Amino acid sequence: MIDVARQAVEAAVAAGASDAEAYASEDRGREVRAHGGAVESLTAATKRGIGIRAWIGARAGYAYDTDLSAAGIATLGARAVELAWVADEDEFVAPPVPVRLSPDIGGKGAPELSDPSVGEWSTRDIAELTLRIEKATLATDRRVAAVEQAVYVDSAETVAIASSTGVDGEYRTSSCHAYVQALAKGDDGSETGFGFDLGRGPDGLDPEAIGAEGAERATAMIGAAKPASRSCPVVLDPTVAASFIAIVGRGLCASAVQRGRSPFAGRLDAAVAAEAFAIFDDGLDPAGPASAPIDGEGVPRRRTPLIEGGVLRGYLYDTYTARREGVASTGNASRSGYRSQPSVAPSNLLVEVGELSFDELLRAAGDGVLVTDVAGLHSGVNPVSGVFSVGATGRAIRAGELAEPLREFTIASDLVSMLGAVRACGAAARWVPFGGSVSTPPLLIETMTIAGS
Amino acid sequence: MSDDGPAALKGGPLIDADLAARVLSRALAHGGDFAEIFAERTAGLTMAIDESRVESVQSGAGEGAGVRVLSGGTTYFAHVDGLDPADLERAASEAASALKADRAEPRPLQSASTSPLPIERPPGEVSAERKATLLRELDERGRAAGEEIAQFMASYAEIRREVTVANSDGLFAGDDRTRVRIGAQAVARRGDAVETGAETLGGHRGFELLEDDPGAVAESAARKALVLLDAGPAPAGSMPVVVGGGFGGVLFHEMTGHGLEADHVQKGASVYAGKLGEPVARSLLTAYDDGRMPGEWGSDAIDDEGTPTQKTLVIEEGRLTAFLYDGLTARRDAVASTGNGRRESFRHLPVPRMTNTYIAPGDVDPEAMIADVGQGFYAASFGGGQVDPATGDFVFGVSEGYLIEAGKVTRPCRGATLIGNCLEALAAIDAVGSDFEMKTGVCGKAGQKVPVGTGQGHVRIEALTVGGTEV
Repeated sequence: MIDVARQAVEAAVAAGASDAEAYASEDRGREVRAHGGAVESLTAATKRGIGIRAWIGARAGYAYDTDLSAAGIATLGARAVELAWVADEDEFVAPPVPVRLSPDIGGKGAPELSDPSVGEWSTRDIAELTLRIEKATLATDRRVAAVEQAVYVDSAETVAIASSTGVDGEYRTSSCHAYVQALAKGDDGSETGFGFDLGRGPDGLDPEAIGAEGAERATAMIGAAKPASRSCPVVLDPTVAASFIAIVGRGLCASAVQRGRSPFAGRLDAAVAAEAFAIFDDGLDPAGPASAPIDGEGVPRRRTPLIEGGVLRGYLYDTYTARREGVASTGNASRSGYRSQPSVAPSNLLVEVGELSFDELLRAAGDGVLVTDVAGLHSGVNPVSGVFSVGATGRAIRAGELAEPLREFTIASDLVSMLGAVRACGAAARWVPFGGSVSTPPLLIETMTIAGS
Repeated sequence: MSDDGPAALKGGPLIDADLAARVLSRALAHGGDFAEIFAERTAGLTMAIDESRVESVQSGAGEGAGVRVLSGGTTYFAHVDGLDPADLERAASEAASALKADRAEPRPLQSASTSPLPIERPPGEVSAERKATLLRELDERGRAAGEEIAQFMASYAEIRREVTVANSDGLFAGDDRTRVRIGAQAVARRGDAVETGAETLGGHRGFELLEDDPGAVAESAARKALVLLDAGPAPAGSMPVVVGGGFGGVLFHEMTGHGLEADHVQKGASVYAGKLGEPVARSLLTAYDDGRMPGEWGSDAIDDEGTPTQKTLVIEEGRLTAFLYDGLTARRDAVASTGNGRRESFRHLPVPRMTNTYIAPGDVDPEAMIADVGQGFYAASFGGGQVDPATGDFVFGVSEGYLIEAGKVTRPCRGATLIGNCLEALAAIDAVGSDFEMKTGVCGKAGQKVPVGTGQGHVRIEALTVGGTEV
């Protein structure tokens, strides 16, 4: 792929670009969906394409295509240049330049990100794994009436980035995840429960654990009722905490901060969370789903502290936002493939673990609510002010123990108040790859508003 | 019937009938009940304005195809980028590779006579500079709406999507779809208070969509943000709720539409399963899914399996009358597809999806509807929503909400969420307004996003939980 990328850079420069960058990728992936003891669908995918960023001085344009022929690339280079002329000038718009990192922040290089088991497991093997997940779900509890779907997804990707300023890199990654949506039947309707696991390859997945989690989450909700509206301590389980942390991460991106669209804008070195709370971004974590040696514009990934002891230590930058402040990129230019130009985003966000086991967190909560699922995050959170109100399901906590299931309530607060109210973090973290890549323990929040009946 | 494809397609089919037939034959080489090739070519342009600067100017093009084979209850699917004949045949072999039965024969292809929905002004014929100028005009209008507008962003997007579908039942059909959409987002600031407002305009239309008054979109976004500067906390608890027209229809989309999609129904993962013919709402409520509404965002001439789109009556005077089918789910229920087999792209399998879904206008004047409410909540517009079709639990983020006090809309509220259960909330609709409006949305399901239209007039729900911070 790196040859294609280099060729594309030349094409754009030949078409009149003052500088150019190309991102080429090839991805082979599979997906299995199982339902009712049979494979419902089996997908094999090949994706490849290229995106070219062309600069004309302080203007930039972007064009992508699936056509990797020499003629196609030449046309694409010219298109990117043409579009650069449409953009307005912006003095901070410039191509990234290659950098070397000191060893303490990641210059030791990237971990191995490609697992051979993705290639070694045949279609039949991954179909069997998916069916095992469904079987395990049904076997966990007789109240599990059905499995809505058991799904396995893997991908092996090669990414190459080249630029006229000397960026020249290629890497391979593999990833896979599997999940199940279990259906449990109670006297008054159905309940759903989600279980999942992830790894670099199918070797790393535990189908029985996925099934058990889905089943346990679904059956735990049988008989759920609306809680009374009140303010009380809340424990967020790791999947729920991860959803909020992903939104916090977006607010820590310099793009949002510089344009005044973040609750964390202007608060550098100020307390934005409780002392018990710390979070960092690490694009090189060996277990991180978003890990890669370089970011979406070829700048090395690294570890960046964001909040330590509750104090805001820094933001995440790509080349453009870094130039606006005269600082260095943190290697957080992100792309969702060749069809998107780079923009600032967290890589892997990790919340530092605390000391309390899950049961100890519940005991510390005393009387409150454990939230096991939230809905409506994309509409229920104001990313500028951080104010949110989202739908939730979970369990009551009474005298430090889990009690009856709860549904159809909302939790409301704002992100900074919520982080400020973190009383404790659990001792065991979990990776959650949905809507961001986050590793977090459960969090005990001192108080939140619950709206139910 | 000509052999070179659907005659109505201006640019001709993306793959010719001979190649399609070869691919289908190869897909059924090891058996199967049904095979299909879906070929697609897209070309799009997007740009944005932020900090009064035009930026993120981006053009995207791509083509590719997906081949699927159905055998028993299993779907085998392979897709490739590009339309190289050798790649397409390889994809067919890949899809067929897990099958072990004897060869099945596809039927000879017959070109369908459907015509693409008309547009007036292909956006590709309008200069990129003209679109940049449009964004600058939006920026000016948005910022002029008030001194407290601190930030303004707008975006422009156009996409042309040509598709060709051929299957082993002999179908050979095509479509040529153009969509244009603009969006505006404003941030208003007063001291420490920061509020946002958003608005969109879109359609299965060409650049003519933007010839009237696109600046109104910018003003609407700015107005919403400014109104919220005076907002207090939202109430919490159960109360009568009046939902605004237009994007208020997302409520029906989420709480009923998804539950009518036949895949959820067949898995027993819909609260509407087994309720066909039964009352699910009061007799004042009638609703449709209509994939043929002229110019609407969710319209197409055919669905992504080549079935002509149609207007489907889903609730007639409170009684549930139909589910929404794609080919696979229709086959299982031995009914005809309702033309709701949609896919995000050739990289995705078709699933039953809504097109334009709406509650038909009723006979209640919206003001009278509000005047009848003592204390309640007015949800003028939503940011979005989500539903679990299996449990029927839903949640909506209110982007513009107000208190109703003594029959009058009074102070705006921030951060409200509506939460409830589909069956209960649908049955609790006790008034449908005589006004009507359609809005655009992007609906996500099974990891696929498709454009959908939502619509209704004002609608009142007798009691619903409002999740605010004021207990």
